[in-house]
Amino acid sequence: MDPWHRFAEGHPDAFESLFRQYQRDVYSWIVRIVRDSAAAEDLTVETFWRMYRARARFNPEGKGAAWLRRIATNAALDHLRHAKRQAPLPEDLPADPVPDSAVQHETRLAIQRALGQLSPRLRVVVQLGLVEDEPYDEIGAALGISSNAVKVRMFRAVRLLRKKLLETGITP
Amino acid sequence: MNNMNDMNDRDTNQQLQAMRKLLKAAVPPVTEVEPPRDLWPRMLRRLETVPAPVPWWDWALLGATVAVLCAFPSALPALLFHL
Repeated sequence: MDPWHRFAEGHPDAFESLFRQYQRDVYSWIVRIVRDSAAAEDLTVETFWRMYRARARFNPEGKGAAWLRRIATNAALDHLRHAKRQAPLPEDLPADPVPDSAVQHETRLAIQRALGQLSPRLRVVVQLGLVEDEPYDEIGAALGISSNAVKVRMFRAVRLLRKKLLETGITP
Repeated sequence: MNNMNDMNDRDTNQQLQAMRKLLKAAVPPVTEVEPPRDLWPRMLRRLETVPAPVPWWDWALLGATVAVLCAFPSALPALLFHL
């Protein structure tokens, strides 16, 4: 029997097995949204905690991994909602180096500020779709909306970002 | 009409690509995909702090006791004696 079925039946070892199997996936998904490794660790534990509490409602015939990712996305969105708006994005993450000549430091800060000012539901779409290059259908599945709805949110977010950047003198 | 739509789509896609380029330069994609440590010990601690659920009949018993004490305050010494 697969661990999802055993988890649904309440086997205690199945939860540990799922945790060990998916903690990397959950962490890497969340860290792409919140861009803060300490918060991503907390939210990974929070995600599995929510999953554990919701085990009675879990249908083992469905896709367990997709369900888990949706819980992770909701946990990350809750974090963004409670985090201080307009705060600059944390920069302690391992990421590709930024060539200084491409975008000046001030411009970079202005872009990060503009991104931080977006509502969490728009920001998550921009970060996953434009920065992390995740496909729209995967973003939609994680948010529980269609790919078309993701596209609509993306256009709205880009329009808002353009407006904010133009106000600070940056022409996208 | 179709030409207008095509032009709008092209403009929107161009805006999207320009924004993608700008964002990636300011907010580089995350390369970290592993949690820095095994999170299972933290998960275990979280599971151990779960308060034991109070059964509904315990609440009912408490409610009934409070109701009896409100109706018959003189029953309080007897209750304390039996505790």
